[in-house]
Amino acid sequence: MSAVVVLLTVLAGGLGAGARFVVDGALRARWRTSLPVATTVINTTGSLGLGLLVGLALAHASPGAEAAQVVLGTGFLGGYTTFSTASVEVVALLREGRRGAAGLHAATMLGGSALAAAAGLAVGTALG
Amino acid sequence: MSTHHPSHRQPALVGWVVLGGAAGTAVRLAAEAQLPRPADLPLPTLLVNLAGALVLGALLEGLARRGADAGRRRGVRLLVGTGFCGGLTTYSTLAVEVDLLLAGRPLAGVGYALVTVLLGLAAAAAGVAAAAAWSRSTGARP
Repeated sequence: MSAVVVLLTVLAGGLGAGARFVVDGALRARWRTSLPVATTVINTTGSLGLGLLVGLALAHASPGAEAAQVVLGTGFLGGYTTFSTASVEVVALLREGRRGAAGLHAATMLGGSALAAAAGLAVGTALG
Repeated sequence: MSTHHPSHRQPALVGWVVLGGAAGTAVRLAAEAQLPRPADLPLPTLLVNLAGALVLGALLEGLARRGADAGRRRGVRLLVGTGFCGGLTTYSTLAVEVDLLLAGRPLAGVGYALVTVLLGLAAAAAGVAAAAAWSRSTGARP
């Protein structure tokens, strides 16, 4: 991996994290829900995007496609999605004694993200 | 600093998240490049995700025990928590790795997904417990 790709990936990761902060704040301001669905929306949309990028790169292998996958996928979407917040949110629900909500939040996060990524992979491979 | 806008619309606060997110992404990139993948399993992603969950659990609990989420405490939360831990960890890579494993080795795919989520909860809870114990031992208010 070239130094330029590394630098762009790190910058894209920072921008992805900033985008997550803005989207999270905007969603929380609009939807007052008892489950922290903003993180679910962020992680499923990011997984859809990464599936798409990886599908395109798998179907259309080239150095440019690989660099784009690293900068936009590993960088931006890696910074945009978060596993740490997802885990801490489930622990917080468990500490409130809301075991059903905790299980539901963890399951929809994992299932939704895996399904979204699979859809992205299928579309990306078909387009590539 | 203006407090009229919610924090996600204050450029300086978004800047802390971007800075921390770039640093977290750099560490994740190094881990993905350097750490081994035994039996072609995505160990690097598992390790960065567990480390980030542990640190975020400890950070948020430690900060909450020190007082309200404002001023320097909020800055640290956004730089280290939302930024660094969020950039270090990734759910999109986890999801794609699970799908790619499921396509060829279903058992490995299911195992990787469940181990990651369950150990992630354990790591976050351990971080919370460690920060709580440390705050009690140093006499911070509960």
